[in-house]
Amino acid sequence: MCGATRGGPSVEGIDVAKETVIQGIVVRDGEPVSSGYARLLDEGGDFTAEVPLSATGQFRFFARPGTWTVRALVPGASGERKVFAQQGEPVDTQVEVAA
Amino acid sequence: MSREKALVDASWVEANSGDPKVVLVEVDEDVSAYDKGHIPGAVRLDWKSELQDPVIRDFVNKEQFEKLLSSKGIANDDTVVLYGGNNNWFAAYAYWYFSLYGHADVRLLDGGRKKWELDGRELTADVPTRAATTYTASEPRTDIRAFREEVIAAIGDKALVDVRSPDEFSGRLLAPAHLPQEQSQRAGHIPTAKNIPWAKTAREDGTFRSNDELTALYGEAGVDLSRDIIAYCRIGERSAHTWFALHELLDLPNVKNYDGSWTEYGSLVGVPIEKGA
Repeated sequence: MCGATRGGPSVEGIDVAKETVIQGIVVRDGEPVSSGYARLLDEGGDFTAEVPLSATGQFRFFARPGTWTVRALVPGASGERKVFAQQGEPVDTQVEVAA
Repeated sequence: MSREKALVDASWVEANSGDPKVVLVEVDEDVSAYDKGHIPGAVRLDWKSELQDPVIRDFVNKEQFEKLLSSKGIANDDTVVLYGGNNNWFAAYAYWYFSLYGHADVRLLDGGRKKWELDGRELTADVPTRAATTYTASEPRTDIRAFREEVIAAIGDKALVDVRSPDEFSGRLLAPAHLPQEQSQRAGHIPTAKNIPWAKTAREDGTFRSNDELTALYGEAGVDLSRDIIAYCRIGERSAHTWFALHELLDLPNVKNYDGSWTEYGSLVGVPIEKGA
């Protein structure tokens, strides 16, 4: 379900052993989206955090172990993906958006 | 203040785009967002390098604020429209500063940068030039800012609103989930505080919920809106957003922002802390 695609930003400089990282890339028709937002929703679907996507469609969150949903909003489209995060093992996911 | 006065929408901004007395100001958590594109005519404020004192933990003083606004070309009688990413998180923080230093006409663009961008409206990389002004700030207001002694005394007395995420409130995280986990010495929340995460006041597109929805949100969480209210978060910016919702949109007079927030309170020696939901 998750961690299949290595698309997120480099974890260089991050203490990955200590942090619970959820990161990845947002794509539309297979191509990275250059403008938009990634939102992190908790197990109950409540908003926890939001970051703008990088010019190459990437995002990163520091969370806690558990089940989360990454929801992507881009002009004219949205999409989401459920991920399971663990401390010490960054989740690297891909979220596809469609109109 | 009222909702009609404090909030403007995109069509208002477009209709007033040629007015030199209307100044758009972008304030982002990610200060590089402005370089990638901003609303035509907007100037940038850097919440960290320009709104914080470089040495002590405090925000800029009256003279620094005057110098800053003068250099940005903002005059006392200008209408300042603030906007930014992440539901106007840092733009609301700047709004609180402008209010604190007595700017007469300051507003937020509802939905901020996100809605503007998602709606496919124009962004530009052109940086406008505005002639410097001689800005005069008022003495900082104390009726909208809470300090630690007042917060400690408020336990069990005033309504404390903790606007952080449930994980930060319960003590499982020390910082918002998109930032590295660091800062205060202890995790948890101020006893008697109710947890209403700041972003619950906004819809997915970043616009504020209606006044009826806002009243219901705080009522259901057990906050008595007729009492004095102090809002706090980690460093005082998310709670400035909640302050805006309560003080400006719902027009409640007795609302303060505790900008010392959890990074101060959670590092104080000997103060009571509660953990858990």
